[in-house]
Amino acid sequence: MNQTTGSRATRILGVGALVALAVMLVFGLVFSPPEVDQRDAVRLMYIHLPSVAVAYTGFAITLVASVIHLRKGSVFWDLVAGAAAEIAVLFTGFVLISGALWGKPTWGVYWQWDPRLTSTTVMFIMYLGYLALRRLDLPPEVRSRRAAILGIISFINVIIVHYSVQWWRGLHQGQTLGVDTKLDGMMLFTLFLSVVAFMTVGAWLLIHRFRVAWLEYQIGLLGFEHALAERRAENETSGLYGSGA
Amino acid sequence: MLHDAWVMARKDLRIERGSRVVLGQILPFGALVLILFGLAISPDLTVLGTERRTVLAQAAPGLFWMAVLFSSLLALGRSFAIEAADGNLDALKMAGLDPAGIFVGKSVAVTVELMVLEVLLGFGAFVLYGAPLADPVLLATALLLATTAVTSAGTLYAALASGLRVRDTLVPLLVLPVLAPVLLAATLATDAAVFGPTGNGWSWTMLLGVFALLYLGIGMLSFGPIMEES
Repeated sequence: MNQTTGSRATRILGVGALVALAVMLVFGLVFSPPEVDQRDAVRLMYIHLPSVAVAYTGFAITLVASVIHLRKGSVFWDLVAGAAAEIAVLFTGFVLISGALWGKPTWGVYWQWDPRLTSTTVMFIMYLGYLALRRLDLPPEVRSRRAAILGIISFINVIIVHYSVQWWRGLHQGQTLGVDTKLDGMMLFTLFLSVVAFMTVGAWLLIHRFRVAWLEYQIGLLGFEHALAERRAENETSGLYGSGA
Repeated sequence: MLHDAWVMARKDLRIERGSRVVLGQILPFGALVLILFGLAISPDLTVLGTERRTVLAQAAPGLFWMAVLFSSLLALGRSFAIEAADGNLDALKMAGLDPAGIFVGKSVAVTVELMVLEVLLGFGAFVLYGAPLADPVLLATALLLATTAVTSAGTLYAALASGLRVRDTLVPLLVLPVLAPVLLAATLATDAAVFGPTGNGWSWTMLLGVFALLYLGIGMLSFGPIMEES
């Protein structure tokens, strides 16, 4: 068994992620110009929007993996769903923090009862619940099946919460950037770069998180087989456990 | 399916009639929440503007629904606590009851319990917070649909988090975010029913109906897989 969760491919991916982040920083802090109204605060966009992209991709992976797990019952897809949700929750946290920091200079407050902000926060807590369910002290197959069901329903709920909160507030921001913000070519390019960089980091994290989960699962199996072997050794008449494992 | 639901609902309500947990413990809890809201907000605080309404009366619909939501968590916990002992759920499965029927039956039983609680609590809020009542029909419809949405979503999530060694702390974390849209719509519908004009109240009530149907549907579909081997 491997001593590490890294492999040649993930090392290349990891180095790529680091390089992409460094290039993004240079473009985001140096080459890209300040915006007319928001001035330098607009640079927070290069953290905020790519975090949104990673978070939503993660939740979508959880949804798809949950569906596949329910149909096939494979452990692989259950672990993928869990790993993707963990990373998506982490990046949703980044979204909320960077959004609050961005809100202070542009809106004057950290928090507004804006539909998108409100529904993102509810979504964040909803998936914390999903992660909590995955830690429940239940038999593994039962827990995986329930997690898969919750993974699917949660995605539906995100949509419901989003639209109902939007209806509640009536007014809506339109685009995330506000109507008067115009992005010039350099800003768009930097934004694109930051999305690529964050997605690479997300992919790297996802692969490693999945491998850790997979190793944990294997250890669980080993522990089970070990216990089984011990029982067999105890029992001279092995007929009782003969057909097991 | 409907027959199984009827059997389940009757069983749960009969247990309640014998034990009086909802009426004897959860209802006083809900009333206490209403009183504590009054202490927290202060009954003398008034809204700035032409109408001399107190903040408490203004917020009454929302506070009422918060009290109902807290109470519903307890009622849902109770609904599954009576099945946790002695492997009751396994026994129900062995008895060949339709999972969708079990789901609907448990939801209906909690809905009936909560409706009784809401009528009494609503009367309490009416007295305590000094709120008027513009449209009783709208209020009754909104109460019924909102309660169905709360109990169907709640029963589904309580089942997801049920089990022998499972902690009760997970159910609120799972259920409350999902019920956020229901709270929104129910509060606005109740607000319209209590203070008028009622125009918008009916569209929020229709939305509550959509939520109720949606969660009933999802629950009926997923209760089978949830109960399998659990």
